Parts: sequence; structure tokens; C-alpha cells
Amino acid sequence: MNRAFPALLLSAFLFTTVAHADSVSVAVAANFTKVAEELALIFKAETGHDVTYSFGATGQLYTQISQGAPFEILLAADDERPTKAVADGLGVDGSVFTYAIGALALYSTTVDVADGEAGLKADAFDKIAIADPATAPYGQAAVETIEALGLTAAITPKLVTGENITQTLQFIESGNAELGFVAASQVAGKTGVWIVPSTLYQPIRQDAVLLKIGETNPAATAFVDFLKSEKAVEVIKAAGYVVE
Amino acid sequence: MSFADIWTPVSLTLSLAAINTLILLLIGTPIAWWLARSKGRYRELVGAVVSMPLVLPPTVLGFYLLIALGPNGPGGWIAGLWGGRTLAFSFTGLIIGSIFYSMPFMVQPLRNAFGAIGDDALEAASCLGASNWQRFWRVALPLARPGYITGAVMTFAHTVGEFGVVLMIGGNIPGQTKVIAIALYDYVERLQWGEAHVIALGMVVFAFVVIAVTLTIDRRVNVPMP
Repeated sequence: MNRAFPALLLSAFLFTTVAHADSVSVAVAANFTKVAEELALIFKAETGHDVTYSFGATGQLYTQISQGAPFEILLAADDERPTKAVADGLGVDGSVFTYAIGALALYSTTVDVADGEAGLKADAFDKIAIADPATAPYGQAAVETIEALGLTAAITPKLVTGENITQTLQFIESGNAELGFVAASQVAGKTGVWIVPSTLYQPIRQDAVLLKIGETNPAATAFVDFLKSEKAVEVIKAAGYVVE
Repeated sequence: MSFADIWTPVSLTLSLAAINTLILLLIGTPIAWWLARSKGRYRELVGAVVSMPLVLPPTVLGFYLLIALGPNGPGGWIAGLWGGRTLAFSFTGLIIGSIFYSMPFMVQPLRNAFGAIGDDALEAASCLGASNWQRFWRVALPLARPGYITGAVMTFAHTVGEFGVVLMIGGNIPGQTKVIAIALYDYVERLQWGEAHVIALGMVVFAFVVIAVTLTIDRRVNVPMP
């Protein structure tokens, strides 16, 4: 009895830690990188669950999920693919919700974009970076904006395309592209930012979906609930998103 | 499915590989010669530096190149010669990246070939009154021919398959920096698997041909033993 007691204590201790520390793996659209990392810390403090993120362009992530990637939740940058996930039998019916509405920003470290429209028309640049419009919704919004301003012909020869919104920002930060379109959340608090008027592009409704792999994982369902909580919404709003 | 869309990256990749192979034949020869013949103390150090791309992830090279080619690096200065700001997102930038990335594939076979020549043949040529240039052109070069063929084939093939470096510094510009591997990646991302299959199968056939050719050359040409 005496000898068994420490072992019992140890196993009880191990059991409790295992029971409470689940982890959830989440595929996240690149524009949400910073906020997602912030949210993971709060979530960990509140529930003890770990969050593992994979960041990429929404299209990239969707391709991976359709090929059996072990993600339990998708935080997309659009409202198309989460719905498609449910239609394709990958997502849980009725679990789709809008977690954020994104804003597009024109950002530069070298030229003055205080009045973005004038800056774009001034033609004082050699390269302008956008995210791949086929896979990144912010890239699509950038294309819509350029079109709405009637600059498609002038700007197309100067376009460089990042694989996702993070690489697009890196092209601008490294100075290789003088300016470019990124998510407002990525450049919150920086100078040289022009928030693109929301009339120039289709609103970027960012939807989340619980994937079937995560349906039975308590950490996954807890994370979905957490995203809707007041605390999370505050953090998302502070990062420059609109939440309905 | 549009074959024009596929042909653009294919022709771009082939010209990148051809130009890179030519440049490395020129640069690789003196480097390999020095590595094979020198008795200097820095020989192994230089050899290690040249071989580093064999083990470094291409993204490491891509990351440094992105900084080096940019407006704050030497690349920005070079691009300034013809009015540009950066060498990233340009064909020239890809050439520079490829030279670093494929260097060992050219230098190693040449170094081995030069090393296998031995001193006897060269000394015999000297006794017969050959100058240094003549010794190189008439003795060393013909004897090193299998090394040159292997180096050229491997360099060309390696450049065709480049992905990581280009992903970091290319910016995905059709006809400028969108090479085969990037085009394939994009098609897969966009669920355009018909096009992806065309490129992927083409690459498989290409790889097989390259290996078959290299093996045949290795068998046909007897490397002279010193």
C-alpha cells in the first residue's frame, strides 16, 4: 500500500494532465496570422488546450484539406470555401460562421500612399505586389480594386504575385516591391498605409468551419466557441477587422 | 486546358537552364581546376563553400538572395545600371540564384575529371614544348570531356527542377519568373489537375531521359586512369 501510493499519485497526476490538455490543429488564412497567435495564448490560458496553426492562402489550405490534411478547423479568408467544405462533405453541417470581415490596405515603405488612388495613378513605382488572386481572397480584392480604379492596363505589367498575403507583405517589407495590397490587419499601427475604401471591392467575409475530423475533439469545439466569445471578438476588432 | 499557358513556363525554364549551364561551364572550369590541382590550404574551405547548396535548403539561399538582390543589397545597385530597383522578380535574378544553387553540380564532376588526369600527361605535354594554354586546351580538356558532359547534363537538369529559390525571389511573373515547378505548384493549388498532370508527367519523362543519357555517357566514355 505504502509502496503503491506514489505510483497511484503519479498515475492520477498523469491522467488529469492528459484529460485536460488536448490540442487542436487549425488551418488559418495568412492574413489572420498575428491575431490567431494572440488568440491561441488567451485560449490556452482559459482552457489549457494547445492550438497548432498552419498558415497559408485559403486556396492552398483548401486543397490540402480536400486531400486529407489533418486539420480540424478552417479559418478561411473568404465565405466560399467553408461553405464548399460542407457541400463536399468535409465540414460539419451548420458549423459555418463569419468570424471577421477584413479590410484591404495599400502599403508601402518607400512611396507616399497617403492618398492611395493618387499614389497608384502617379506611376512612380516599378513593382507592385499582390497575393495570388486565384487562391488568396485579399489578392482577388486587390484585383477588383485596381479594376474599379480603371488602372488594370497600367498596373498589370508591374504586378508581382506572392503565394499568399504573408509573402506579399515580405516583398514590400524587403523593399523589392515599392508597394502592394495586403490585409489591413497585417499593417495595423504602421505608417505608409492607405485603407482601401470598401466600395472598391467585394467585402471580404471571413468564414470559419469545423471540419469533420475535429467534430469529436473537445478542444476543437471549444476553440470554435471561443472564437465567438466576447473576449476573442474584442481581440479581432482591435486588429482592424469588423465583426458583426 | 491551354497549352500556350503551359508552354510559357516550359520555354522560360529551358532558357534559364541553358543560360545557367553555359555560364557555369565558364565559371566552373577555373574553380574546378583550382580545386583539383591546387595544393593551397584554402582548397577544402572553398570546396566546402561551393558544395553547400547540396545540403542547404533552397529556401535559405532564397531568403539571402531576396535581401541581397533587393534595393538595399548589391543587387539593387546592379539593377540600377539599367534603371531598375531590384533584381528580385526578374529573369536576371533567377540566373544569379541558379548559378549559386547549381554550382556544385558543375564543379564536382569537373573537379573529379581534372583530378583523374594526373601529372604524367601534363608533364609529357610540357616536355614536348606545350604552353600552359596548350596543355589545358589540347590535353586536359579532351581528357575531362566525360566530366564536362556529366556536369552540363546535371546542371541543366537541376536548374529545370528549381523550386525553393524561385518561390522566394521570383514573384510568379508569367514569362519572366514563372518556371515549370512554380507553374505546377499553382495548378495544383488551383485544383487544375489536368494541366498539373501534363507538366508532372513531362517532368517524369524528362528526368528519366536525363538519367538514362548520363548513365550511357558514363559507360561509353572510359575515364582515363592516371
